[in-house]
Amino acid sequence: MSNEKSHASLYGPDIRTPALKRPHSALLGPELLQQAVWESFGKLAPQTQFKNPVMFVVYLGSILTTLLWLQALFGQGEAPAGFIFAVTVWLWFTVLFANFAEAVAEGRSKAQAAFLRSAKRDIMAKKLDAPRRDANYSKVASPLLRRGDVVIVEAGDFVPGDGEVIEGVASVDESAITGESAPVIRESGGDFSSVTGGTRVLSDWLVVRISTNPGESFLDRMIAMVESAKRQKTPNEIALTILLVAFTLIFLKTTATLLPFSLYSVETAGGGQPITITVLVALLVCLIPTTIGGLLSAIGVAGIGRMMQKNVVATSGRAVEAAGDVDVLLLDKTGTITLGNRHASTFIPATGVLENELADAAQLASLADETPEGRSIVVLAKQKYGLRERDIHALGATFVHFTAQTRMSGVNLEGRQIRKGAADAVSAHVLELGGTFPRQIQSLVDDVARRGSTPLVVADGARALGVIELKDIVKGGIKERFAELRQMGIKTIMITGDNRLTAAAIAAEAGVDDFLAEATPEAKLKLIRKHQEDGRLVAMTGDGTNDAPALAQADVAVAMNTGTQAAKEAGNMVDLDSNPTKLIEIVETGKQMLMTRGALTTFSIANDVAKYFAIIPAAFASTYPVLGVLNVMGLATPASAILSAVIFNALIIVALIPLALKGIRYRPVGAAQLLRTNLLIYGLGGLIVPFIGIKAIDMLLVSVGLV
Amino acid sequence: MTANSVLQITVYVLVLLACAKPLGGYMARIYEDRPAGLNRWLAPVERLIYRLCSVNPAVEMRWTDYTVALLLFNLLGLLALFALQRLQGVLPLNPQHLPGISPDSAFNTAVSFATNTNWQGYGGEITMSYLTQMLGLTVQNFVSAATGMAALVALTRGFARRNADTIGNFWVDLTRGTLYILLPLATALALVLVSQGVVQTFSPYRTVALTQPVTYEQAKLGDDGQTLEDAAGNPVTETVAVREQTLAVGPAASQIAIKQLGTNGGGFFNVNSAHPFENPTPLSNFLEMLAILLIPAALCHTFGVLIGDTRQGWAILAAMTVVFVTLIVVIVPLEQAGNPALSALGVDQQPQASQPGGNMEGKETRFGITNSALWALATTAASNGSVNAMHDSFTPLGGMIPMWLMQLGEVIYGGVGSGLYGMIVFAIVAVFVAGLMIGRTPEYLGKKIEAYEVKMASLVILIPPFVVLVGTAVAVMVDVGKASVANAGAHGFSEILYAFSSAGNNNGSAFAGLSANTPFYNTALGLAMLFARYWLAVPTLAIAGALAAKKVVPFGPGSLPTHTPLFVVLLIGTVLIVGALAFLPVLALGPVVEHLQLFGAH
Amino acid sequence: MYQHLKPAILMLLVWTLLTGTVYPTAVTSLAYLLFPEQSEGSLLLGPDGAPSGSRLIGQPFSDPKYFWGRPSATAPYPYNAAASSGSNLGPRNPALVQAVSARIAALRATDTGNSASIPVDLVTASGSGLDPHISPAAAAYQVPRVAKQRGLPVAALQEFVERYVESRQFGILGEARVNVVELNLALDRSTSLKPVR
Repeated sequence: MSNEKSHASLYGPDIRTPALKRPHSALLGPELLQQAVWESFGKLAPQTQFKNPVMFVVYLGSILTTLLWLQALFGQGEAPAGFIFAVTVWLWFTVLFANFAEAVAEGRSKAQAAFLRSAKRDIMAKKLDAPRRDANYSKVASPLLRRGDVVIVEAGDFVPGDGEVIEGVASVDESAITGESAPVIRESGGDFSSVTGGTRVLSDWLVVRISTNPGESFLDRMIAMVESAKRQKTPNEIALTILLVAFTLIFLKTTATLLPFSLYSVETAGGGQPITITVLVALLVCLIPTTIGGLLSAIGVAGIGRMMQKNVVATSGRAVEAAGDVDVLLLDKTGTITLGNRHASTFIPATGVLENELADAAQLASLADETPEGRSIVVLAKQKYGLRERDIHALGATFVHFTAQTRMSGVNLEGRQIRKGAADAVSAHVLELGGTFPRQIQSLVDDVARRGSTPLVVADGARALGVIELKDIVKGGIKERFAELRQMGIKTIMITGDNRLTAAAIAAEAGVDDFLAEATPEAKLKLIRKHQEDGRLVAMTGDGTNDAPALAQADVAVAMNTGTQAAKEAGNMVDLDSNPTKLIEIVETGKQMLMTRGALTTFSIANDVAKYFAIIPAAFASTYPVLGVLNVMGLATPASAILSAVIFNALIIVALIPLALKGIRYRPVGAAQLLRTNLLIYGLGGLIVPFIGIKAIDMLLVSVGLV
Repeated sequence: MTANSVLQITVYVLVLLACAKPLGGYMARIYEDRPAGLNRWLAPVERLIYRLCSVNPAVEMRWTDYTVALLLFNLLGLLALFALQRLQGVLPLNPQHLPGISPDSAFNTAVSFATNTNWQGYGGEITMSYLTQMLGLTVQNFVSAATGMAALVALTRGFARRNADTIGNFWVDLTRGTLYILLPLATALALVLVSQGVVQTFSPYRTVALTQPVTYEQAKLGDDGQTLEDAAGNPVTETVAVREQTLAVGPAASQIAIKQLGTNGGGFFNVNSAHPFENPTPLSNFLEMLAILLIPAALCHTFGVLIGDTRQGWAILAAMTVVFVTLIVVIVPLEQAGNPALSALGVDQQPQASQPGGNMEGKETRFGITNSALWALATTAASNGSVNAMHDSFTPLGGMIPMWLMQLGEVIYGGVGSGLYGMIVFAIVAVFVAGLMIGRTPEYLGKKIEAYEVKMASLVILIPPFVVLVGTAVAVMVDVGKASVANAGAHGFSEILYAFSSAGNNNGSAFAGLSANTPFYNTALGLAMLFARYWLAVPTLAIAGALAAKKVVPFGPGSLPTHTPLFVVLLIGTVLIVGALAFLPVLALGPVVEHLQLFGAH
Repeated sequence: MYQHLKPAILMLLVWTLLTGTVYPTAVTSLAYLLFPEQSEGSLLLGPDGAPSGSRLIGQPFSDPKYFWGRPSATAPYPYNAAASSGSNLGPRNPALVQAVSARIAALRATDTGNSASIPVDLVTASGSGLDPHISPAAAAYQVPRVAKQRGLPVAALQEFVERYVESRQFGILGEARVNVVELNLALDRSTSLKPVR
């Protein structure tokens, strides 16, 4: 048998994330919007604005034009007060719209944080004096529990903090954390020993050793993560911000130097008015990448929010972003690629043994075996050979359990010792009893393994009867998913404890690119390091304590929520659904986040062309009327042209909020195709859309008689 | 365009591209120290140079050391050239007895040649002694070019190496570039140019009798050197008869060859390659024009070879060539269309077999429109700056295109080395945005582009427009700036803008009507050239150092391919967007207005 | 920093020697050996053996009996070969229109009755101010005037001029042109052209 954990029954056969069960607000619910509107004003504080360099420039520009408006209102202004006012109002709107986008994105995360916090209530814990169930306990408030304290949680109690089960088995309702209503089993030892604070024990009892100090619990970390999402900039976000600052500086000097150029032009052309500060500020705001600048932080916050909706908790935005870069995906075979339980598919008798005889022995050996494999043997014997299930007690048989030492199970019955187990274990058993282990059986065993199945040998006393073929069932649709991943440029590697032959066959069937057979924790770690040294980014999922070193080494490490505390602490994401194929969706979300930023940057810069055509002829209309030929949009007046550009610039932020929150669509089609599509939509679109938009706004302004 | 126009342009572009592969491959072998003929025969000379200079060629440098060595060497060259100019009056090889040069002009020229700009605030034949031309200008023509190539090779190593902390040895790169690439090419080109009539002599200026003596009126000067005035206050003039012609000659070919090959552009004579002794025949013109773009184009292939993926080099060359050819197709008809103001006078500007027609003011008959426009484009595409026609007299839009090519940052071929490293920085920016668009941390040639690289790349892209726009702004605000303008109106603005575009991108060509040999312009443009050269070279080398230390990300289906037509388009788009968006307003106030006024009036 | 100072100084000295002295001297020597005439300025020798100009450098001609070259913007007098210069007049500069108008007037004044439109190169200043060439069209335009001034048959002069038309190099490069200096010198010396009496 392999050394894989058979927790597969916890995973559904569906490899897609099940529908969300977590309560969450609609994308743009009215309540959330109202909240966001108020927060947009709250974010006008200079120290908040300063964090976003692009929008800070708009902010300063708005203040400047406000002062110019006041000057025009109460004294000699550089332009009509009404015009300055209109520009000023829309500049302020630009700032507010950006704030609003951020507030909406944060609002969703906040709702999620509030939900999480509701799970984190103060619980009276039953603190044990000694780590034994029967020890005395005293009642202690949960926030006072320290690492190492031992508590007892009985049916109906809430688990007071994160910890390891050291004694007992119980069903636990974890819906507060996962949204999954079906209870899960938690027991001491093995990979299902961790419990999370805020979950509720439904039946039986658990003795739990608390593993975190107050404020460090998993829930605390999740809440902190959600609430701080906007503050931690990810590496790509930092790099992009630098580039946006560079663009802002380019346009700052382009517009700032226009003033002396304009003065010189007036002097040399001998007529006209120099460009006004108001128009310069308007031009500057239109040119600097406000669209992406205003939405940048919303995109990041929304990206983490989308992860949360997929029931994945990332410990940092960095991890989410790194997910988009993953080159290599390590996937456990069992539960991820194959259904966790294998099914007996055939009985292959040794020479001189009847198929029925083998089936009968196999069934007897499995009658008391409650593992899915054991059940499938009984079912196969019944379906194929008409052997009814028999009552093991009625037969007077005694069941021999599987142990790590014998690596066999079976029954003792009427003096017969029927055993089934791994080939080498049964072989040793047979030889010990004085029998022989036929070469022919060994070759049957090898054949089965080569097919990617697991061979079990059945022996009756010293006589080896034959082989049961246990087949791994590859999950439906997984091959297509791997093909998609390949399209995305991600190499999949299957990790399995199976031998090479078995692993190769399953790898071929599932369509993974590579596999690691007979995997040990050390081999996994080595594999990850090797890929990382080659410059690849490695992602993996894991749940066992022995996965922890590899999880810690991987760049994107998703721990299953059902897994051990050690695994969860080593990973940088936790999948609350404990669905190993979730990695694929995590990668997509990471990519979406980057793509949305790139696309909106392109869009933002491409927009500038149209804005030039709107503003330049208008700005110099009095000095060089000939520049009117550049007014290709035929905008009504210089004032309406400038105002239309500013209004368009502000409104486009609002128009793109849904896109920023949802992220642009990712399709696994390969880099070149993806780039071509996005360049066409956001590059070319960015060139054309503002021409239409500005003209439309201009017509509107004229029709309502504003200019 | 006439059929002959198309033919000449096609021949030029094809020959240029055909030379790129062999020369590029040769240069790659030189820098990698693989056998390439010359570097084996001349190996003893190379070793001798290292020994004389106490350089150990085996010792590699970190990027900081490389940068210090580069800057130090350039600074010393600058100081030496400054001193040489100031002292030329008392130094030998000065048959015309030219005096020492004023401090501001000497500063400007020293900076100009050390930075590979070769902006000339002076007229060569009336200013510089043979000694200065040779020991100062020619030397800097070589080493400033070799410096640019060295910086490029260092950047290339940044891409080619993994987990490395050094990027080569500056002295070795400098030596190899000069000894094996520039010197042999320059020697060969110089001799071919002499065969066409370019002068190469240490004799003093020649005096010949004029076939038809001429007279001219000259203001009469009093004993105090002031213009005399008559009772009415009009200047008194006297008639001077000229019977002889003084032919300025000198060791020109040797300098012209390297000024073209090294994208320096500083002419031996005032009018540069419009001068018949500097560029006497269409063939010499073709070769000089070819020499402008030869090394910058071939370096693209060198780059491809050195990083182990020649497709990458070809992609960059393709991007450059597409922009170049597109602009040729625009500029030639603009100049060929002629000047509507002259059409109104009844002048025949139609191209025919017997005359080039078009806007011939400031152009030479033997070159006509096609070669003048093509040269203007080549010299500003590369940061060469030599001219064979007067850009100031181009049509408004015909003059705008060379100006804009400089404003793009001198990356369409660009200076030797500097053009390609500038283009690679643009590629980094293009890859960054494109990489985000495909949902990955951007990577170029296997190296992840992260915040540090973006910061340095931003500096490289930011500084030239900053220098150009701020410099122009200062000049149009101060009287000493405005006073130098030769043409009124929008064209005067263009003259100033062109000067700073040229200095701020290390080109060196000019709208020469601007009287730039003044303390203000000498200083302002000198500073512009310094910023543009070293504030770009240092961040570039910083990128080289950072990249060299990184791992190489293997190319996979999820990586952005950077050798495809799509990437070429993206790269062009990035260069154009940054160039166009930063300069559209100023160009509107200069050439665009002038064009509209010129054609609106006629 | 200081460890690089020594090689920097020495490198500058070595390269000054190699590229500033060895290189130009070598090129000059080779040029003198291979192309003695060109390297010294392509001088045209008069009958007395004294140079009467350079084949490559234009000369000022304003006498109606000579073919005129491109207008020259050198200072203080045209075709000053010691100080090359273009006009640098922008296309909208009124000075350009004035200068061209004056040149047209001068051409028309010495050639009354010639109403052909004037080739542009004959009224626009060259880039160097030393351009020795004009276009064949510009030469053809002047044939009637020169013929009249010298009393030569137009057809014969036309034929004579055509001998001095240089076509494009290799049939492709540059433009067809006439060397005004050589043409005028040949005209003065020609014995084949007989005035019509």
